[in-house]
Amino acid sequence: MRAVLYLNQFFGQIGAEDKADLEPLVKNGSVGPGNLFRELFGAQVEIAATVICGDNYFAEHIDEATEKVLSMIADYAPDLVLAGPAFNAGRYGMACGAVCEAVAKHQGIPAVTGMFPENPGVESFRKTVYIVKTKATTVGMREAAEKMCRLVLKLARKEPVGLPEEEGYLPRGLRRNYFAAENGASRAITMLLRKMKGETFTTEYPMPVFDRVAPLPPVERMSKATLALVTSGGIVPKGNPDRIESSSATRYGKYDISALQRLSPEFYETAHGGYDPTYANEDPNRVMPLDAARDMEREGKIGRLHPYYYATVGNGTSVARAGQFAGEIAKDLIISDVRAVIITST
Amino acid sequence: MMMKYELGHIPIEEIAWGQKTSVEGTLLQINREKLLEKTRGDDSRITSVRADIAKPGESVRIIPVKDVIEPRVKIDGKGGVFPGLISGVDTVGEGRTHVLKGCAVVTAGQIVGFQEGIIDMSGPGARYSTFSKLLNIVVCIDVKNGIAHHEHEEAIRLAGLRAAAYLGEVGRSATPAHLERFEMRPPFRSKGDDLPGIVYLYMLLSQGLLHDSYLYGQDMKNLLPTLIMPTEVMDGAIVSGNCVSACDKNTTYHHQNNPVIRELLNRDGIDLHFLGTVVTNCNVTLKDKTRSARYAVKLVHMLGADGAVITKEGFGNPDADTMMYCARLEEKGIRTVIISDEFAGVDGASQSLADTTPQADAVVSTGNANEPIALPHMDKVIGDIRVIEKMAGGQAGSLSQKGITVELQTIMGATNELGFEFLTARDE
Amino acid sequence: MAKEIEKAGIPTVHICTVVPISKTVGANRIVPAIAIPHPLGNPAKSEDEEKQLRRSLLDKALRALETKIEEQTVF
Repeated sequence: MRAVLYLNQFFGQIGAEDKADLEPLVKNGSVGPGNLFRELFGAQVEIAATVICGDNYFAEHIDEATEKVLSMIADYAPDLVLAGPAFNAGRYGMACGAVCEAVAKHQGIPAVTGMFPENPGVESFRKTVYIVKTKATTVGMREAAEKMCRLVLKLARKEPVGLPEEEGYLPRGLRRNYFAAENGASRAITMLLRKMKGETFTTEYPMPVFDRVAPLPPVERMSKATLALVTSGGIVPKGNPDRIESSSATRYGKYDISALQRLSPEFYETAHGGYDPTYANEDPNRVMPLDAARDMEREGKIGRLHPYYYATVGNGTSVARAGQFAGEIAKDLIISDVRAVIITST
Repeated sequence: MMMKYELGHIPIEEIAWGQKTSVEGTLLQINREKLLEKTRGDDSRITSVRADIAKPGESVRIIPVKDVIEPRVKIDGKGGVFPGLISGVDTVGEGRTHVLKGCAVVTAGQIVGFQEGIIDMSGPGARYSTFSKLLNIVVCIDVKNGIAHHEHEEAIRLAGLRAAAYLGEVGRSATPAHLERFEMRPPFRSKGDDLPGIVYLYMLLSQGLLHDSYLYGQDMKNLLPTLIMPTEVMDGAIVSGNCVSACDKNTTYHHQNNPVIRELLNRDGIDLHFLGTVVTNCNVTLKDKTRSARYAVKLVHMLGADGAVITKEGFGNPDADTMMYCARLEEKGIRTVIISDEFAGVDGASQSLADTTPQADAVVSTGNANEPIALPHMDKVIGDIRVIEKMAGGQAGSLSQKGITVELQTIMGATNELGFEFLTARDE
Repeated sequence: MAKEIEKAGIPTVHICTVVPISKTVGANRIVPAIAIPHPLGNPAKSEDEEKQLRRSLLDKALRALETKIEEQTVF
C-alpha cells in the first residue's frame, strides 16, 4: 500500500514561525515524523510523499490550500493518508482536520490525524475525521504514531474498527447500534441502583447541548412585510406528490398557494405519521393556517403572503436533517424577499 | 394483606393445523376454521379473516403487523384476560393464569395507519425482534370498505385479543411445566426496610386515533395517572391500540411480559424494594402533559420512592413528557433512570431526542431507530409488501428487486422502550 | 427549523404545542398552540369560533415578530 503524509512547515523541517506563510509543496518520501511512520509500517506501507504547508498560509487560505494539498496528494494515488499528529497546535490541527476531511470525502480513502483533545481542530472535525487522541506535546509522538498507523491500516483493509477507547481515537459523536449483554430493563435497574448508592455509572446517552442562535431584531412593520408559512405538520397536496415520508423525512415540499384562499380537505391532507390525522384531514388549515393568513393579508395586517408554503414531516426527522431543510428553504425565501416566517408544528 | 398470583408456563415448541385445537406435550394444534370463527366473533365490520403460521428460521416476512399478543387463560381468581375489552371489568392479577409460552398471535392485514411494522422470521432482521423467535399464528383481518379508521383499528384490536384468548383456552387443562409464584404486599413500605425503594413509572402513549392504549378497556388519555399491580399487567389489563412506529410501540405482548416489572419483581427483597407501578399517559396538549406529569410524580412520591424507572413509548413529543417526569422526580430527591430509544439520523450524527433536561443523567439507550438495515428478499410474504413505502422508516425506493432497505424503526419492537431487547447504541 | 431560518437572517416565530421541545431545540419566538393533532384549531368549536381561534394565534405570532426580545420568549 502507498501512503502520503501531511505536515506543517515545522514538522516538515522547513522552518519555524518565520516560515508559517509557506505555500503547499511536496517532497518525495518521508520527512520528520514520516520516518517514524515508515519504521512502524515496515514493509506493509510505502510512504510515497510528504505534502508540507505553512500553518498561517493554510489558516488564511483554507479553501485554496485544501484544494492544492488535495491535488498534490491525488498525484500519488495513495491508499491512505496520515496528517500530523498536531498535538495541541491549533492552526496545525485545523489544517490536519481539513485535509483529512477533504481526502475522505473527495478521494474516498482513509485519512487519520492525531490531536490533543483541547485542540480546536477536534471540535471542528471530530464528526467527520478519525482523530487519534494524543498528548499535548511531542513527548507523545511515538504513542500517537503507533495508534495512527494501527487505525489507518484497519481502515484501509476495511477491517471493523473498535470502540474509541480501544482504538485510541476521539469519539466522533456518531451513534452506532450494538447488542449489549443484558436487556435494557435489567441495565436500567442496575444503573439506577448504582446511581442511588452514589457509585459511578455511565449513562448510555449523555444529554446533548443544543446550540442557540441570538434572537434577531423584530420585524419593523409586518403590514409592509412579506410573510411565509412553513409547517412540519406534513400538510401536502392530496396523494403526497413529493412522497414525503411519514417519519424520518428526507424531503420537503414547496407548494403554490397563490390562487388559494384556504386549504380544502378535498385537495390537501397530512403525510405525518406521528399524530392522529383525523383533524388535519378534516381541515388542513388547523395545521397550515392559510385561511386566517389570507384574512390578515386582505386586512393589511401583513404586506403580502409568500405565494408558496413549505412542508415537511417532523416525525422522527433528525435535527440535522430538519436544519438542512430549513437552510435550503431560507435561501429560497431570501431570494423572494420574505421578511418574516411563521412555522407551525404539531 | 398478601395477594397471591401464579403464572403457569406451558412451553410450546411446535405448532400445526389440526382437527382439534389442543396442546399435547409441547405441540399446539389448531383447528383453523374454529380459529377464524373465534377471531371474527360477531363483529360485522370484519369481512374476512385468513390465518397463517410463521416459524422461526423460515423465509417469511410478516407485513404490516399491527399487534402481537400472547395466548393466556385465567384458571383461578376473578376476571378474565384482557379485562374491559373481551372479558368483564373485574380486577385481575390474583389467582392463577396459564400462558402458552413460545408462541404468539400476530394481527396483520390492510394497513390501518402509516406505522405498522415488519417481522422477519429469518435473516438479519430477525436478530432485532423477540417476535422473530416465536411460533406465530398470523391472523390477517380485512374490514368493510369505507369504514372509519378508529372502527378499523378497534375491529382488528379486538379480533386479535379474541384469537389469543381462544388459543389460550387450551392451556386451561394443561399441566404447566413451570409455575412462577408472586406475592403482592400492600405497596407502602414497612419500617426498618433499608433496601432502596423503587417505583416504576409506566408511560403509555395516548394521543388519539392509532396512538392509544387501554387500561381495563378504558382509553388512557382520559385518565389521571393511577396505580396498578404488576400481576394485573400479566393478565392483559393493558392493551395496545397503537400504530406508532413499530420499533418503539409497546405491543400487547410487551405489556403482558413487561421486562421492567419482571426485573423489579425478581430483585424485590434482594437488592431493592419494589414499591409499586404508576401507569400514566402521554397526551396531546401541554396542559394535559403537565397535569399527568405532576400527578404521577405525586403518586411516586406518596409511595415513598427513593428511585424510579421511567419507561417511554414512541418518540418526539413523548420525549417532553419523559423529561418532565425526570426533572420533577429529581427535584423531589427521587433518583431516576430513563429507558429510551434514539432518533439520531441515518448517519447517527444528529441529536437523538427532541427534548432534554440536565437531570436526565442516567439513560439506558435501546438503540438508534434510524439506523438503516437491508432486509433480503423472503420466499413468502404474509400480508402486503407494497405498504413498505408508506410505513414509518420506509421511503420511496425502499422496494428493490433484492429486498428492502429500511430504517430499524420498521421492525416490530426493535428499539422497545420497556427495555425488552438487547440493542443499544454508543458514541463512536 | 426556526433556529436555522433565523440563522439565515429572517425573523421566525414557532407556533407549536409542545413548548418545552421548541425551547430545547432553540426557537427564539414561541407561541403555544392548541394540541398536537390540531395545533391551530379545535374541532370541539364551531367553524367560525375555530377560525377566530386560529386568527388569534396568528395575531399573537405577528406581535411576537414585531417584539424585540433578548432571549427565548414564549408569547
